[in-house]
Amino acid sequence: MNAQSLRPGRTEGESDPARERIEAVPLRHPGRWLAAGVIFVAVALFVYGAATNTAYNWDYYAKYIFDQRISQAALVTLELTVLSMVIAIVLGVLLAVMRLSPNQVLSGVAWVYLWVFRGTPVYVQLVFWGLFATIYKQLRVGVPFGPTFFTIDPASAIDVFWLAVIGLALNEAAYMAEIVRAGILSVDEGQGEAATALGLSWWQTMTHVTLPQAMRVIIPPTGNEIISMLKTTSLVTAVPFTLDLYTRSRDISAETFTPIPLLLVASTWYLFFTSILMVGQYFLERYFAKGARITAGAGR
Amino acid sequence: MSATIPYGATSAGAGPDMVRAEGVWKNFGSLEVLKGISLEVARGEVMCLIGPSGSGKSTFLRCINHLERVNAGRLWVDGELIGYRQKGERLYEMHPREAARQRRDIGMVFQRFNLFPHLTALQNVTCAPTLVGKLKKQVADDRAHELLTRVGLGDKASTYPNQLSGGQQQRVAIARALAMSPKLMLFDEPTSALDPELVGEVLDVMRSLAQEGMTMIVVTHEMGFAREVADSLVFMDGGVVVETGAPREVIADPQHARTRAFLSKVL
Ligand SMILES: Nc1ncnc2c1ncn2[C@@H]1O[C@H](COP(=O)(O)OP(=O)(O)OP(=O)(O)O)[C@@H](O)[C@H]1O
Ligand SMILES: [Mg+2]
Repeated sequence: MNAQSLRPGRTEGESDPARERIEAVPLRHPGRWLAAGVIFVAVALFVYGAATNTAYNWDYYAKYIFDQRISQAALVTLELTVLSMVIAIVLGVLLAVMRLSPNQVLSGVAWVYLWVFRGTPVYVQLVFWGLFATIYKQLRVGVPFGPTFFTIDPASAIDVFWLAVIGLALNEAAYMAEIVRAGILSVDEGQGEAATALGLSWWQTMTHVTLPQAMRVIIPPTGNEIISMLKTTSLVTAVPFTLDLYTRSRDISAETFTPIPLLLVASTWYLFFTSILMVGQYFLERYFAKGARITAGAGR
Repeated sequence: MSATIPYGATSAGAGPDMVRAEGVWKNFGSLEVLKGISLEVARGEVMCLIGPSGSGKSTFLRCINHLERVNAGRLWVDGELIGYRQKGERLYEMHPREAARQRRDIGMVFQRFNLFPHLTALQNVTCAPTLVGKLKKQVADDRAHELLTRVGLGDKASTYPNQLSGGQQQRVAIARALAMSPKLMLFDEPTSALDPELVGEVLDVMRSLAQEGMTMIVVTHEMGFAREVADSLVFMDGGVVVETGAPREVIADPQHARTRAFLSKVL
């Protein structure tokens, strides 16, 4: 194509260096360069300031980043995250399926659950779980108004760690349920119809046809939820549970009077775990995209 | 177990008709879609169902396998009342499990294929036999390979649907429906979503199925297919059967003005 022929189309009298072929000078982005420059200078100043500012106490940071108490607390935070998310995902799938089921009793129960657990702050719920043993002094397993098989004493039988896990999981399950429900609804109606026409039951259709396809829509927001949960675990101090990363680092700083480096230590660990989770999410998304993209044998 | 009977086989002792509809009504809210459909399809018969858009063809097919519940009238497949159990004068609603059992004997092929995109062609075909028919995986796989070969896709077993052409996808869908060894096959405009050059390969599969004695109800606008393959032609309009007869006769000499008007548009 001859650049000359493009000329008449141009309305402005800007300089056009191309003659035969289009060898146009790429559009310049002076604004971007300027912004990058400004940001670079700002960051450099900040880093310099942070490195020299004694309030950051970098020697304390170095001392505590691999402190055994901290790394143990990081592990506890990871356990809290993983356990509560596993429970939340299982329960969330169950609640979503219940909400969409043709059985009104099941869908009603799921609705009420969502209403309560999404409608109250997770912090408040955690405080409630902490008071569980106070509210229920004894759990009696048996026939109502009839004989008792055995009794459980919540105060001694249930560990605070598990109260924290339950508190986090039950709250998160409500959010997971909505994510899963949106995923299920995103699957083409014809899929369920074809499965039904083949003689699959409602449950088989759900587990073998609908849910596997819903995964593609469910995974990305679930990744966000896991990352969000990792940070929400810092609220378990409400139970009160004190062995997680945030509470632990705050307790240490209360002894050493150095809150800032310990906050940085905790943040570093949170960031580290979040980064790992992001990598995991990438691979999961790729796996469940199979059949959805043209790439031969994707994710098999 | 029904899964081991070759398709086209008939179970002795049942009534003479494979499908029998008596005064079937269906409405969605205040919209009356079927207004008293009565017809019979004999064993081994191929019936083509034609009619303008919105005349209720798809709805009628969906009633036959109880994807839709009829509001009045009765439907029998192979002598068995669909969706209800009759004790004396009373009808009892069927448990979903039983309705599912009835559907196993009825294969359905959709306009938009509705293949399971997360499963390979083979897995699409083995899905129902392993889940519903409780067939061993090896047995189901062998049978699925056989069916895929029969529809000309023996080499596509491990391919995902989105890597197949429309015609290939529809043939996999036919193989999938055949996997449960149905007594009856329902086709809802199986070639309408296909590029013209792909229509033939699907019709060929259907034609050979008809020759093997499968009872089929086919909603289609392929008048050539209807003329050659069908034993009977039913023209529906506005939720009623307007005209029915041998395809050649109906096409050559329609008795009703509405049939004539419709045929003049599709021929
Ligand atoms: N689930 C539904 N809810 C409400 N209305 C419906 C539903 N299914 C079908 N209808 C209506 O019933 C009428 C008949 O639909 P149907 O799909 O049976 O027609 P059709 O003869 O198959 O037409 P087409 O040739 O366009 O496929 C249409 O007016 C349609 O809008
Ligand atoms: Mg239709």
